[in-house]
Amino acid sequence: MRHVLSALVQNVPGVLSHVAGMLASRGYNIDSLAVGTTESPYLSRMTFVVVGDDHVLEQVRKQLEKIVTVVRVDDISAKEHVERDLMLIKVKAAEGKRSEIRELCDIFRARIVDVSPNNLMIEIAGQERKVEAFIDLMRPFGILELARTGRIAMVRGLQRGNGDTGSIQRAASAPTAK
Amino acid sequence: MGKSKTKNKPRKSSEEITSGADILVQSLVQLGVKIIFAYPGGASMPLHQALTRFRDQIRTILPRHEQGCGFAAQGLARSTGQIGVCMATSGPGATNLVTTIADAKLDSVPMIAITGQVHAASIGSDAFQETPIVEVCRGITKHHYLVTDVQDIARVVKEAYLVATTGRPGPVLIDIPKNVQLDSCVPDYDAKLNLPGYRFESPQAKPEQINQIAAAIKRAKRPVIYAGGGIVIAEASAALRTLVQKTGIPVTTTLMGLGAFPGTDRLSLDMLGMHGSVYSNLAVDQADLLLALGVRFDDRVTGKVEEFCKHGKIVHVDIDASELNKNKAAHIPVCSDVRQVLEELNQIVEPPENLSEWVDQCLQWKAEDPLTYDRQYSGITQQSAIETLWKLTREMDPVVAVGVGQHQMWTAQFYKFDQPRRLLSSSGLGTMGFGLPTAMGAQAAFPDRLVIDIDGDGSFQMNIQELGTCYCEKLPVKIMLLNNQHLGMVMQWEDRFMQGNRAHTYLGPIDHPEAVGQGDGQGPAERYPKFVEIAKGYGCGGSQVKKQADLEAALKEMIAYDGPYLLDVEVPYQEHVLPMIPGGHTVRDMIRK
Repeated sequence: MRHVLSALVQNVPGVLSHVAGMLASRGYNIDSLAVGTTESPYLSRMTFVVVGDDHVLEQVRKQLEKIVTVVRVDDISAKEHVERDLMLIKVKAAEGKRSEIRELCDIFRARIVDVSPNNLMIEIAGQERKVEAFIDLMRPFGILELARTGRIAMVRGLQRGNGDTGSIQRAASAPTAK
Repeated sequence: MGKSKTKNKPRKSSEEITSGADILVQSLVQLGVKIIFAYPGGASMPLHQALTRFRDQIRTILPRHEQGCGFAAQGLARSTGQIGVCMATSGPGATNLVTTIADAKLDSVPMIAITGQVHAASIGSDAFQETPIVEVCRGITKHHYLVTDVQDIARVVKEAYLVATTGRPGPVLIDIPKNVQLDSCVPDYDAKLNLPGYRFESPQAKPEQINQIAAAIKRAKRPVIYAGGGIVIAEASAALRTLVQKTGIPVTTTLMGLGAFPGTDRLSLDMLGMHGSVYSNLAVDQADLLLALGVRFDDRVTGKVEEFCKHGKIVHVDIDASELNKNKAAHIPVCSDVRQVLEELNQIVEPPENLSEWVDQCLQWKAEDPLTYDRQYSGITQQSAIETLWKLTREMDPVVAVGVGQHQMWTAQFYKFDQPRRLLSSSGLGTMGFGLPTAMGAQAAFPDRLVIDIDGDGSFQMNIQELGTCYCEKLPVKIMLLNNQHLGMVMQWEDRFMQGNRAHTYLGPIDHPEAVGQGDGQGPAERYPKFVEIAKGYGCGGSQVKKQADLEAALKEMIAYDGPYLLDVEVPYQEHVLPMIPGGHTVRDMIRK
């Protein structure tokens, strides 16, 4: 089973190292991990994709919650949610191939962000499956380089559980106001 | 949010500009810390200077090794239930604390470890005595801090205290660069906590969960209570006794749980697991209901975990949600303070109908296969030494610390603990060298009580230097050294599983026949080293005993001695800890002879 976990963490040094170290030392396999700031400067959000049975997932969640700087963990895969993955991909674009690649980009709503004589850099965002499909289509042209952000996700509408940061934001304040 | 319990304590005017080092010590004083175990060095000197300014409020004890600091702090924490505090300098001082921190984590001991760090501007430059100790300790602390601003110190110490002592307790590391110790500011001892992700309130079981447990007990035909260190930590020992009084259910405890239920009680099945009693392991195997209270289904308890209590319903109560369903799935998992569960359960619980047949069965097992040893042996066996010590001291309410190995298991089997916090044992990490410094810490907390370190010659030598602390700091610890000249537990495994091939388990000179397993079972006439001379060299009392007939008098002399004392007891090395369930096996594979 594939699960998307969303964790709000305190924006302090060492949190990523702590979380990554815990996962590694307990032997949990993480498919994807994305970290970024939130609307609060005191909080960051980590999004994990974990593959495992319910037992594994429950342990991952509980062990994450035990880390003092982890404020909250939600398994959002059970809820209606939007998931995105951003990729930059550089492909060979020999004479006569460019238009074909452009057509594929249009279909996938990808964008060409850099053009050089022999290759193209393309930006694409979307669900994992879409990104994977695009990679497969680019393979025949020759993939030169590829970078992905990892999955980020958010629950739709007004459902709770995606860690609305309002109340937590008030609790997580600057340690020392100077 | 949690509140400091020290509101009414006197404090310095918070208008005064104070150095970081003084703020740290003042914060500890405000939290009620009376004793700190600290070893100085370049990066922690300002902290030590500050400690001298608070001499009247906090006693600083100087162990002879940083590991001694950490274990002494644990000795204080484990014997009193209060927080233990230790301090070391940067680099090697800090890394010498690491084992004690890992030990405190596995046994859930509330501890604050303070380390000096190099100047903040030098961090990351591989400066002299620099170690990234927070990085090293991330996975083995409950929480950790690298303080970079003097204004944070008061808040960080308060947070560290609260995190270490609430919920499932554990060690918290505070790493303070030297410049932050020297910086000053107007301290704010009431600074707001910055712990948005930490729950201070203990989880509480819901009434329907209590009802479920009560119903399971009422229906049970063969129930057993499996009680652990959580009972001790939650101060739930009295509630556990009430539950047993009301229901008549037999009790087995883990190593950490010894004393949570009286070892001398008729319904005590003693310790379970690898070196547990035959009857406790049989009872758990046959049980139709296992009440697992404050335990974590450690592999040393369960053996082959799939077979453990295979046919029984399992109720698992623990304050740490991640322990539930971790090693063994529970039918009724309850995340709660175990004392709350027991106290509420005691309000409504009814005994199972017709339990007598099951209790008789358990008592029959106990009578058929008691914990025993060769009482005909001409010299002194480890077991008889421990049993004799127990008989002599049971009325004195002593605190007993142990090292790790055979003597630890024999103490668990033959010293009957009737009260919690009387046995101090490195149970999860199994750290040799634990006994002496831990006893020392307990003695510092209880200057007038009898504190005994039952040790092995291997374990004892790992922190033998603390004899100096015991003497110089006037800590009259009594050491009963069970000297078999071997690393007994490893040797036992060699004998059982490796055809007796001695692989570096003999602690005497390498030209002795015992070094290659060719000895006669007794060992040389004089053991190496001369422990009594070492003890005396440190200023402690000491003597040696070799004959069973002299044992009691020698122990009495040890107990009566005014000051630290070492009794070197010569014991044979062919004794094995029995019974034994080999790792990953079941009660059916138990070795009894």
